[in-house]
Amino acid sequence: MTIRSVHVTRGETRSRSTTSAHGRSPARYGWRRTTWIWIFLLPTVVLYGLYTIYPIIASYWYSLVDWNGFDQNQTFVGFSNYREVFSDPLFWNSFKITLLFMVLVVPARVLLSLLLAIVLNSPKMPLIGVLRSAFFIPVVTTTAIIGVVMRLILDPASGPINSVLLKFGSGGIDFLGDQHLALPTAAVLYIWKFFGVTMIYWLAALQTISYELIEAARIDGAGTWQIFRHITLPMLKPFLIIITVLTIEETFHNFDLMYTLTGGGPYFHTEIIEIYIYRWAFAASIPQLGHASAAAVIFGLLVAIVGAIQLWAVYTSRRMRGADR
Amino acid sequence: MTAQLAAGGARTSRQRRLLRRLPWWIAAVFLIGVAVIWIFPFLWMLSASLKDNLEMFTAGLQLWPKKFVWANYARAWNDAHFGRYLLNTVLVTVITVAIVTIRCATAGYVLARYRFRGSRVFLGVLIATLFVPTGYTIIPVVKISLQLHLIDSLAGMILALSGGAYVSAILIYYGYFRQIPKELEEAAVVDGAGFVRTFFSVMLPLAMPVTATVAVLTFITTWNAFFLPLVFTFSRPDLRTVSVGMQAFVGETATDWSGMAAAGVISILPVVILFIILQRYFVEGISGAVKS
Repeated sequence: MTIRSVHVTRGETRSRSTTSAHGRSPARYGWRRTTWIWIFLLPTVVLYGLYTIYPIIASYWYSLVDWNGFDQNQTFVGFSNYREVFSDPLFWNSFKITLLFMVLVVPARVLLSLLLAIVLNSPKMPLIGVLRSAFFIPVVTTTAIIGVVMRLILDPASGPINSVLLKFGSGGIDFLGDQHLALPTAAVLYIWKFFGVTMIYWLAALQTISYELIEAARIDGAGTWQIFRHITLPMLKPFLIIITVLTIEETFHNFDLMYTLTGGGPYFHTEIIEIYIYRWAFAASIPQLGHASAAAVIFGLLVAIVGAIQLWAVYTSRRMRGADR
Repeated sequence: MTAQLAAGGARTSRQRRLLRRLPWWIAAVFLIGVAVIWIFPFLWMLSASLKDNLEMFTAGLQLWPKKFVWANYARAWNDAHFGRYLLNTVLVTVITVAIVTIRCATAGYVLARYRFRGSRVFLGVLIATLFVPTGYTIIPVVKISLQLHLIDSLAGMILALSGGAYVSAILIYYGYFRQIPKELEEAAVVDGAGFVRTFFSVMLPLAMPVTATVAVLTFITTWNAFFLPLVFTFSRPDLRTVSVGMQAFVGETATDWSGMAAAGVISILPVVILFIILQRYFVEGISGAVKS
């Protein structure tokens, strides 16, 4: 469905609703209607307002105070928390690791899952249902538990992977304890865990390509590769933008896996910003909530910038799809 | 003669068809192999949960246990308190799903069907906060829960989880209610149904597939939630959910791998079963993000 068609029907319904449906005493009806509308919105206003909107705003205030524990007093200190955060090499370390992690996982998730989705979208492929479910199953399982189980599986002394490596004569590998291996290992596990999500994104995208179009091309003598090259790929291009940005956004929500897998270690080599915030706010003996809030605000801005790019990307890709028709 | 020809033709065409299908079967066999490796961590966890600790450390990749040790499950359930954690998780998840589904359905409905002062701003704010990470909001959430005396309680955890980012659920309802033709609503009004009856007896039943999708997605998000439950149970171990409980289990007895594996199976099995039964709704919910 195109956006334009939605707009047309919407305009119609609206004009009709004002003329016919609510004929009797419009003022009184309108007042009652408005009341009901806000009653319907009330649970969202209260809960979402309290636990999402208010925290977003309050973070800015908290980032400007000195505050050593939830039950302690706050004293206004201006921008000194920001100065501290900016001059903390470990903050920049976590910033770098968050971005590096993104660079490691996004291309693999987006491109490899496209290949799998294309294969699993073919009507000729046997056992599609079983295969799709198998590749999807890690997505639904509890990330925090997977993190712990993976630590056992990759354990350098007695995990199954290393016991096999030892049998073949190579030394054991400390996947999560080695400074250089920990982040790539976490990246591979993350890709594995959330691969299914991107696969479903691509399958949804592939299903928008009409079967008739491909049949028509085949009748005109196009081969499988030609169809892929000249029909499938161009039609997937607008989706590539959306899916890439969605995937990037998702990599910001990685506290569960990182925290249970490595806790940010060894020596901060996998400390993403969320763990940095957690460490200053909850894991320190004297919590520095102002400092943590300043880091949180910067993190929020980073996410917001990517979000803004996303809106722009969705808009552009919609125009591309619109132009195709 | 003719029969022979026809049979020969049929055979070659069948052979040709099989031959054409062959690459796909090879691909399928290859992918089955990949899929087995893909789900190996789960197979290993299941197998480890049934071995005794000694066997597990020596077994390597050998998955089938020599003898089934069900005592691991008893240990995880009682000594590691996973019976209790599971109860907490079920309670938190079910109530959160109910709250989220109702609030998203009503909000999505009025935003899609009515124009009122502030409706565009409302929608704009929702979309702008689509991707807010928990790490960003966690400190004020804890502070406000403290002020409301809701920290260290399941009720507080449920409220915080229900108030979190379920914007996509509202948007799914929004998209669905938008498509419903006006005539249905008008018919309800003509029959004398008011605002509330129109919603509950006409619109909401129509949106059953959407409700199923939202409920399943919320169920899995809440069941798997970790950051909020972790922070809400620092001083109340008895309120832990399974995801937090697993972390604590490792901290307490780092060597009881079979027990941990059993605890993992206890925690993960419910979501996997739910996924297998309601797969369709789950896939629909996720692909909705791309389609909209």
